[in-house]
Amino acid sequence: MSKVYMVSGGVSKFTKARPDKTFQAVVKEAYDYMAADLNGFDKSVIDNTVASYFSDHFTRQLMAGIMVQDYLGLCPLASRRIEAGGATGGMCFQSAWESVASGRSKCTLAYGFETMSHVNTWKGNEFIALASDVSFDYPVGGFYSGYYAMMVVRHMQEFGTTVEQMAAVSVKNHANALHNPYAQHQMEITIEDVRNAPMVAWPLTRLDICVMSDGAACVLLCDEETAFKLSDNPVLVSGVGCGTDAMRMADRPHGDVMLLPHESAADYKDLKYPGIHSFRAGRAASKKAYEMAGIESPREELDFIELHDAYTSSEIQTYEDMGLCKYGEGGPLAESGAAAVDGEIPVNPSGGLLACGHPVGATGLMQAVFAFWQLQGTIGKHFGDDTLQIKNAKRGAIHSHAGTGTYVTVSILEKGA
Amino acid sequence: MSKKIRLPETDDGAILFNVPFPADTKDLKQMSPIVIKQNYSIDYIHSFGQDSPFFAGLANGKLMGTRCNACSYTYATPKGHCMNCGNETEWIELPLQGRIHTFTVCEFGSEAFLKETPFILVLVEFDEADTLFLSRIVGLDPTKASLDWVGMKIKAQFKRNSKFKPTDVYFVPAD
Ligand SMILES: [Zn+2]
Repeated sequence: MSKVYMVSGGVSKFTKARPDKTFQAVVKEAYDYMAADLNGFDKSVIDNTVASYFSDHFTRQLMAGIMVQDYLGLCPLASRRIEAGGATGGMCFQSAWESVASGRSKCTLAYGFETMSHVNTWKGNEFIALASDVSFDYPVGGFYSGYYAMMVVRHMQEFGTTVEQMAAVSVKNHANALHNPYAQHQMEITIEDVRNAPMVAWPLTRLDICVMSDGAACVLLCDEETAFKLSDNPVLVSGVGCGTDAMRMADRPHGDVMLLPHESAADYKDLKYPGIHSFRAGRAASKKAYEMAGIESPREELDFIELHDAYTSSEIQTYEDMGLCKYGEGGPLAESGAAAVDGEIPVNPSGGLLACGHPVGATGLMQAVFAFWQLQGTIGKHFGDDTLQIKNAKRGAIHSHAGTGTYVTVSILEKGA
Repeated sequence: MSKKIRLPETDDGAILFNVPFPADTKDLKQMSPIVIKQNYSIDYIHSFGQDSPFFAGLANGKLMGTRCNACSYTYATPKGHCMNCGNETEWIELPLQGRIHTFTVCEFGSEAFLKETPFILVLVEFDEADTLFLSRIVGLDPTKASLDWVGMKIKAQFKRNSKFKPTDVYFVPAD
């Protein structure tokens, strides 16, 4: 298996709507940024591509991937499309990783995009809700914010998690975004602002929930030889993990916790797992990625995490799935300040999905780009402000998540040796 | 944060038949974007396939689940084959009483359900089943949402005129 390095990345500004360009041209912006960040980049080095976009309903265009491929001038190179709901970007990153790790490719471009502005917000919510069982779930009132609300109500019931702890995530991520020019929503807000925002699905308010976006992101992955030819500062992808769970929340088991090294069965004597309070797919993905990267104690051994905070509640649930604390301790972690940029384990220093936006197919690749810049130590150069640069960041994780926890990917990135 | 005062707007557009065109083609890049609105609607033929008897049950005032003969795992939302052992399951009649496992009050929703807001979603747990069932509950005040609702005993009621949708059954408080 070849070692795989990330050598460059680019992101378009995430925004509510991009009527000025079609999706191909928005991807081209991210691609050009990625190319310009390498000295004398020549596209002939690319020998394979993977396209990442979630919804044919939003684009109302089948085979949109090939339209990006031809617009970027990359025909007749090999290509394929990845779709895995909200985790499409993270899955695309791992698909590109597989292409290089297998030796089939020396240099794979991963590009992702979504154009969600072509329908109104409520129709957009309907399209997204079609990613729930259309026989049993969608017709009852298909609405992802409602699904996540039901999950966090159970988390509150099980562990005593509070709405103020959830609001603390929104305050943190929106404040981080003040220093990220790519973010859609940069806001200084308080816990009271979050709680006083319009209720969407009890107990989640509008400021507990990420927004729809138009945007694109590109990532270039290479084998070792190519990576050091193109860059003197590449970043190693040292671990990849992926997990799944049943589409219907109703079908999730109520069994035993899948333990990480810092946990024991005695910690969870009375806990039925995952139920609908936790994401078994997130735990499975983390476990695999940590094993591959040789991580035993993620809170100590990771310097930062970019994770899928589509909801404030899911950031708290994901702290636990990723083993930053034990199950049930995510709420207190959220209000402790440990996940702040200058905290013990910074989470979503970019502002995450809550503030950056969530143009689905681009999101997981955006996380890779922000993590890459953190590890290169180039946040100041790319954001025009180094407030969000994690000092001496050597190892970070990116976490991409679909549905109500159906597909989750976790990838580990490390400063190149 | 201060709230902006706005006149409510719809997303209706105007019908446009032509646009002015510049004499100099160098000016053409300024003529973007042209945005049009297109209708997008379909009638879709959906089969409930092996899950069909569940909907026949609703039409007859019965809540049908499935049970695996091999490992006896019991599904409150039917599955034709067992997720644990892969064996084909058999239909069983579920009791019409359960408890609220979790809930939410939807103040907003997908476009298709927006006019029904606020509505309350519940995941129902049954003593006799290993999995849950998604439904709606009526008879609770949506402005009084509280964790106290979790664990509440509830019972199934059925619509008189079946629409062959999972909403042919809904729940109400049992007491
Ligand atoms: Zn079985």
